[in-house]
Amino acid sequence: MTALIFIVFAGIAVFCAINLVVQTHPIASALSLIGVMGSLAILYLQLGGEFIAAAQVIVYAGAIMVLFVFVIMLLNAGAEAVSFQASRFVRYLGALLLAAFLGLISLIIQAALPKTEGVLFGTFQGTALDVGRKLFTTYLLPFEVTSVLILIAIVGAIVLARKEV
Amino acid sequence: MNLFNFYIVSLVKVAVVAFVLLTTLAYLQWIERKVIAHVQLRVGPYRVGPHGLLQPLADVVKLITKEGLIPSHVNKLFYLMAPFVAVTLALISISVIPFGPEIKIGPVDTWMQLTDLRIGILFVIAVSSIGVYGVALGGWASNNKYSLLGGLRSSAQMISYELPLALAVAAPLLLANTLSFREMVSYQSGYWLGFIPRWNLFPEILGFIVFMIAGFAETNRVPFDLPEAENELVAGFHTEYSSMNFAAFFMAEYANMVTVTAVATLLFLGGWQPPFPEPYSNFVPILVFAIGGLIALYHGLNPARRMDKFTLPATALVFLGIAAIFGLSLFVPMAKTILMALFWFCGKILILLFVFIWVRATLPRFRYDQLMRFAWIFLFPISMLNLLATSLIVALTTK
Repeated sequence: MTALIFIVFAGIAVFCAINLVVQTHPIASALSLIGVMGSLAILYLQLGGEFIAAAQVIVYAGAIMVLFVFVIMLLNAGAEAVSFQASRFVRYLGALLLAAFLGLISLIIQAALPKTEGVLFGTFQGTALDVGRKLFTTYLLPFEVTSVLILIAIVGAIVLARKEV
Repeated sequence: MNLFNFYIVSLVKVAVVAFVLLTTLAYLQWIERKVIAHVQLRVGPYRVGPHGLLQPLADVVKLITKEGLIPSHVNKLFYLMAPFVAVTLALISISVIPFGPEIKIGPVDTWMQLTDLRIGILFVIAVSSIGVYGVALGGWASNNKYSLLGGLRSSAQMISYELPLALAVAAPLLLANTLSFREMVSYQSGYWLGFIPRWNLFPEILGFIVFMIAGFAETNRVPFDLPEAENELVAGFHTEYSSMNFAAFFMAEYANMVTVTAVATLLFLGGWQPPFPEPYSNFVPILVFAIGGLIALYHGLNPARRMDKFTLPATALVFLGIAAIFGLSLFVPMAKTILMALFWFCGKILILLFVFIWVRATLPRFRYDQLMRFAWIFLFPISMLNLLATSLIVALTTK
């Protein structure tokens, strides 16, 4: 059952990721990206990282992507004109090269992976309690540095958006 | 409980909840029209059935049998996807809302809730935060200036009001130290000094007000219904929609309203916990329904209109019957648990829904810049301060 769910949502994630690149229309691409994020959230959930999954949906799919979609709509970006003329020879060669490239990547990944069992479903302790405790003990310094970084970004945004006096 | 039993029980629960929710959504619209009508000294729907009670049915038939028009200039895929996204995400939240405590019917031992997630509250926030895509997509795909403006306003408004909403939700979470609705309600059981309910409403009154205001904005209700402001944008994001697609948007709005009020009830108003200690609270539903029945009976015996001789005594009979059921249930422990929990939970939700409708009948709409300024300059700092104060108190009082 878990394997089935994994395959289904991993498949959706890959499909959406490919669709994101293939689509010519910005809105369609943005929606595909939301699909990728949603299926990734499901995969996190399967690993036991329930808080991470919820945060993924709330922050990425629910806030950042809404801003993306907002900007695309505001600029009224239309479909990109496809100007792709290639001879038959180039196409066949491209397909061949792509297959070789994917094979090479999978070979490298297989070689680089440790020879253990891998991660089992539900092994992570991803409740809000665990995440919070880790964040404020082990990873306190990175956490604080990140918040300073975000603060700098906010100040920068305010300076850019400020009206000229 | 074995697996087979689990599936059967779950199916039954899903069927009951879905049926009740959809009926409620249909009748919520009737209630809204009636309440607004009475606030504005009109009678509201009156022709279809007694006091327009069959109006929702007639509306459903009308919307289903209407021709579903697809304008020629729209982006078909997204145009058809948008209402589907909106209504699905609006209806899905009900699956983590608990309606009552654990119950035991015969051999079956179950909770009055479809499923309890450890992150139930985050789940509802997540679903509501993606829900905006329905509106935004619908507005964009319609390929129409007014719809596009509606969709744009909606997404900007949702992002702005999500922040105070989430911060207002975080404060009671800190108090109860949980993300699950069940534990949230059990944290709020009991009474201070024997009669003040230990609801989060009292320590978190500020959070509750911020939550309700942000809830109005999240559900696109007056005074924050900028996305469908009919005197500037025709009908905003659903201008180009007709028939069932339009009905889906409509249903999504009402379902979101029910979700927001249910979450407010669970987080701040103690869920299904009665506002008085146990033995006294059991008589409240009997009294409420009996008084309602007696008033209807009195007016039925002194009829102001011709039909009142028949309709009002019939209403009185129904009310007195419900009162009798509540009275009899006091002698059956399990029936008492179920009915009391349902009475208090639904009662609180209905009161909050009434507030929603009342506000719609009373307040004018915000201007767009006022809406944004209100969120960022007033609501956001207030909810931030509330959260800081709460966390300070929690940090000082725990161990």
